[in-house]
Amino acid sequence: MALNSHPTRLSARNITLGYAGAPIVQGLSLELPAGKVSYIVGANACGKSTLLRGLARLLSARSGAVLLNGADIHRMPTRALARELGILPQAPTAPEGITVSELVGRGRSPHQGWFRQWTGADDDAVAAALSVTGTLGLAGRTVDELSGGQRQRVWIAMALAQETEVLLLDEPTTYLDLAHQVEVLDVVSELNARRGTTVAIVLHDLNLAARYADHLVAMKAGRVVAEGKPEAVLTAALVREVFGLESVVVPDPVTGTPLVVPLGRRAALLGAGASLAGAPA
Amino acid sequence: MSVLDKAQLPAGAAVLGGAWVRERRKAPRRRRAWVAGILGAAVAGLFFANVLLGSYTVTVPDFLRLLGGAEIPGASFIVMENKLPQALLGLLAGASFGVAGAIFQAMLRNPLASPDIIGISYGASAAAVAAIVVFGARGAGVSLAAMGGALVVAVLITWLARGRGGTGLILVGIGAAAFLQAAVTFLLSRADTGNARDVMVWLSGSLAPANWQRVAFLAAALLVLLPLAGPGARQLRGLALGADTAAGLGFNVPRARLLLTLLGVLLAALPTAAAGPIAFVAFLSGPIARRLNNGAPSLAVAALVGAGIVLAGNLAAVNAIPRVSLPVGVVTGALGAPFLLWLLISSNRSNQGG
Repeated sequence: MALNSHPTRLSARNITLGYAGAPIVQGLSLELPAGKVSYIVGANACGKSTLLRGLARLLSARSGAVLLNGADIHRMPTRALARELGILPQAPTAPEGITVSELVGRGRSPHQGWFRQWTGADDDAVAAALSVTGTLGLAGRTVDELSGGQRQRVWIAMALAQETEVLLLDEPTTYLDLAHQVEVLDVVSELNARRGTTVAIVLHDLNLAARYADHLVAMKAGRVVAEGKPEAVLTAALVREVFGLESVVVPDPVTGTPLVVPLGRRAALLGAGASLAGAPA
Repeated sequence: MSVLDKAQLPAGAAVLGGAWVRERRKAPRRRRAWVAGILGAAVAGLFFANVLLGSYTVTVPDFLRLLGGAEIPGASFIVMENKLPQALLGLLAGASFGVAGAIFQAMLRNPLASPDIIGISYGASAAAVAAIVVFGARGAGVSLAAMGGALVVAVLITWLARGRGGTGLILVGIGAAAFLQAAVTFLLSRADTGNARDVMVWLSGSLAPANWQRVAFLAAALLVLLPLAGPGARQLRGLALGADTAAGLGFNVPRARLLLTLLGVLLAALPTAAAGPIAFVAFLSGPIARRLNNGAPSLAVAALVGAGIVLAGNLAAVNAIPRVSLPVGVVTGALGAPFLLWLLISSNRSNQGG
């Protein structure tokens, strides 16, 4: 898998998204840096998952357009789009009794059709996706019997088997412990480094996002409030604006990227108690 | 060290790559071929048992002579006008119900969502009875009415259960089934046939009304519809992943749902027009097929299971009590009811709802 010399661009131009009722995302424009990994962060219900669904055409825009290399995704045939753009929705559920190799094999669906059946190239793509995610050893097991971490890696393998130039992941680390969270994000970074895949990930964990992001997008109430390199964007002021949380931002001791340390009331209470105890009588 | 390199590979996997995956993927296919082969042989055995055995036993050489057009006093009428059309109708109706049930169950991701539970088969039955009793319809007219009735019920329960999810649809459907069953009883009570056999046909299904015309019509319809189950199965494999994942993989979810619903409704309505809503065949076939096929759904296996249930049920219904020939629906109903109860209890316990 060689590095892509012409990475794919995905951008939203002035889009408004929503379900029944008031729009959740309004007049938003965003350009995902081509061949880079973008992380989208924000408080609960800020519209970040809605934005991702809009970028993947799971939700049609009420106005505005989503462009893939300049072409409106709403004018592309469904299967042609799925060969270019893959999405892993939040907490997907596997059909009962399906084996790992079968599930990962379904990632090849957009490459098949009436006259193009399963081929050796599909086998190779599935093998590559399984080995990249460290799930080759699970290929013959059923998905039901896997642990949460294994299951999530299998879903990512399915998205990788799709071999798209753009990959969108909605909360890919939900239900995973810290070690598995790091592992999953490492796999995505390596994929990006090897293939030049353009990636966007919605993530709750600010510190992991700051560590892994080439480009950080912070959202609030359906709007983008800041975007750029994590070092430039992630400040105590931004954390206050987006999450309403007081914090100190220090350099991560491992990578030097911003590390958000929340203050919280307990620390303040303990601090106050300590100073009282230490005060001279 | 790269995460990519520390992936734990089984011995030889790294070297073989695609070939190794191909072997993994072939195993379930091989199993399915075996299951289908054995089931096919069992269905063939049941078919011939239905034709040859029972109150009037026919030897194989005699049967072959009958097929060749020879006249054997007594046997000719019983086999050629009675047992053979009944067995063929059971084979076709069972396969059709089996595929219809498996389609709905896989699409709605719930074993309770089969057309006989959610009222679609009863819609077909009620419309067929109305066409016969009120409008004096016969033959193709009855089939058309059954298809119309099933489609109307499908549209109606989808509309009534909109925004309530799969469980809501099933509950609305169970209500519709009870209402339509009452409608069938009402229509039959208004008719002056007063014939208990007719009542049984339209309430629980029977092969007794089989004749060559019904068999030929159903066979012709299935010849058109069953090949569509191939591409249908591909769409089902996508939809089984959930709407968002399926859409992300390039499936046109609304279109696939519409076409599969249409196919499932027709496959439930056509055999109903010919043999009544044979109780619980659609409901039982899919889950049994999955169990036999190592948990993986397969429309072909479901078709064979459906045919097997109807033929085995008919064999039991005709021969269980000497000199009394029960309708097949009585036997399949007796088999299906405990399974329905078990499913309701076990799904509530695991808190997944009906």
